[in-house]
Amino acid sequence: MNQAIIGSIFTVIVFIAFIGVLYWAFSSRNKARFDEDANLVFDDEEKKIIKNKQES
Amino acid sequence: MSETTQVQPNYNYKVVRQFTVMTVIWGVVGMSLGLLIATQLFAPALNFDIPYLTYSRLRPLHTNAVIFAFGGCALFACSYYIVQRTSQVRLFSDKLAAFTFWGWQAVIVSAVITLPLGLTSSKEYAELEWPIDILITLVWVAYIINFFGTLVIRKTSHIYVANWFLGAFMLTVAVLHIGNSMVIPVSFTKSYSLYAGAVDAMMQWWYGHNAVGFFLTAGFLGMMYYFVPKQAGRPVYSYRLSIVHFWALISLYIWAGPHHLHYTALPDWTQSLGMVMSIILFVPSWGGMINGIMTLSGAWHKLRTDPILRFLIVSLSFYGMSTFEGPMMAIKTVNALSHYTDWTIGHVHSGALGWVAMVTIGSVYHLVPILFGQPKMYSTSLINVHFWLATIGVVLYIVAMWMSGVLQGLMWRAVNADGTLTYSFVESLEASKPFYILRAIGGAFVVVGMLIMAYNCYKTIRAPKTVAVSDATVATA
Repeated sequence: MNQAIIGSIFTVIVFIAFIGVLYWAFSSRNKARFDEDANLVFDDEEKKIIKNKQES
Repeated sequence: MSETTQVQPNYNYKVVRQFTVMTVIWGVVGMSLGLLIATQLFAPALNFDIPYLTYSRLRPLHTNAVIFAFGGCALFACSYYIVQRTSQVRLFSDKLAAFTFWGWQAVIVSAVITLPLGLTSSKEYAELEWPIDILITLVWVAYIINFFGTLVIRKTSHIYVANWFLGAFMLTVAVLHIGNSMVIPVSFTKSYSLYAGAVDAMMQWWYGHNAVGFFLTAGFLGMMYYFVPKQAGRPVYSYRLSIVHFWALISLYIWAGPHHLHYTALPDWTQSLGMVMSIILFVPSWGGMINGIMTLSGAWHKLRTDPILRFLIVSLSFYGMSTFEGPMMAIKTVNALSHYTDWTIGHVHSGALGWVAMVTIGSVYHLVPILFGQPKMYSTSLINVHFWLATIGVVLYIVAMWMSGVLQGLMWRAVNADGTLTYSFVESLEASKPFYILRAIGGAFVVVGMLIMAYNCYKTIRAPKTVAVSDATVATA
């Protein structure tokens, strides 16, 4: 196996991994979890979930 | 955001206080040094014919002071603060924390002594000689153990995204520092790189650009992802975007180094790879910037009344500007004009003064009252004055360097019909002189702003305590 083939395989693996990251980040299964995580910043002061939607 | 007071976990704020105060002090020192050497460029007599004060020796001291002393202390302070508050647990080890503080200050003091003496490995941003490099490694390993140890014992279910950026910054900087600092010592104060020729150059800029990418970007993005939501009183615009931002940024940055070596002995395909990767890097950079700025969506009015938030948001604007400019300068044909000119210096300072310094300043103004038991900074109007000084100073600086840089690039490449150079080097220097003066004026604005900040912090710290704060009891947020 020469360097070009190893490079090609690596590129494909990284591409698939990135698609995996996108899927993980945007799948609806994880939505609630990430909304909760976004509020970790405020968690040690007050227990309420603030949602960042367009309303203020 | 309403002020809430209740019992918090027993955080170690002592080390955060120490690093925060040193951030301000080293910021004043490092930027003043920068102002001095900027002045020397049009008034060379200001080195007073003293070898220790020459441009060649003070320039590395300036870069080390602002990056590793000012920026480094800010990263230590904020990472220790953020990891505790988002993990809701005290630092893994107080002893290791104290070791990192005193160890890091020892590294900085060693730099202040050795660089003016001319002791240098001559690798840019890695000038310190091998005994100091070993001390850096020890401090850094203690830092990593303490940070990740805290994450391991966290009380929260998940690791907040700011900690991802901070963790990536620590691990990568360890790899970069150890990789690039491999040397063969010939005496206590002199060593030679283990690498030779083009490989040495490639190692150096793999290190150099990732010092920018991980030390000055990933680390400070970690601060951004905590302090912007905190100061704005609302969670980050899109947590999902922040995840994609993280993975894209850390997997791309590591490839961008070769753009520092366009048209050199580096293999051509490596240069092209570096160029392409640098251009792609634009996407995650702007994703992160948009994520930070849009956190304010629906609350833009807060910018009018809160100069701390203004510092944070304007820092993101400068981040966006310099991460657009950077990929553009990495294009080989643009680089043919910009490389080795003042344009590069302007680009660096739009990132360093605009992004890194401003996000740090905003974070320090957020932190100081909390750490020292005050409801707010001594003077909000002085923060506002600082904001305008910093903004005007940075704009003057980068505009001066753009004009000087493009002028230099055009003069250096101009050829007569017979193929000889149209201008001598000294003619381009003379043409740059007015811009050097303008740059120093911009730098003076920035330094005056830092002095005002130091005064404001001093008054806040020395004010009688109005809010109970200690490592053990309560704090306000």
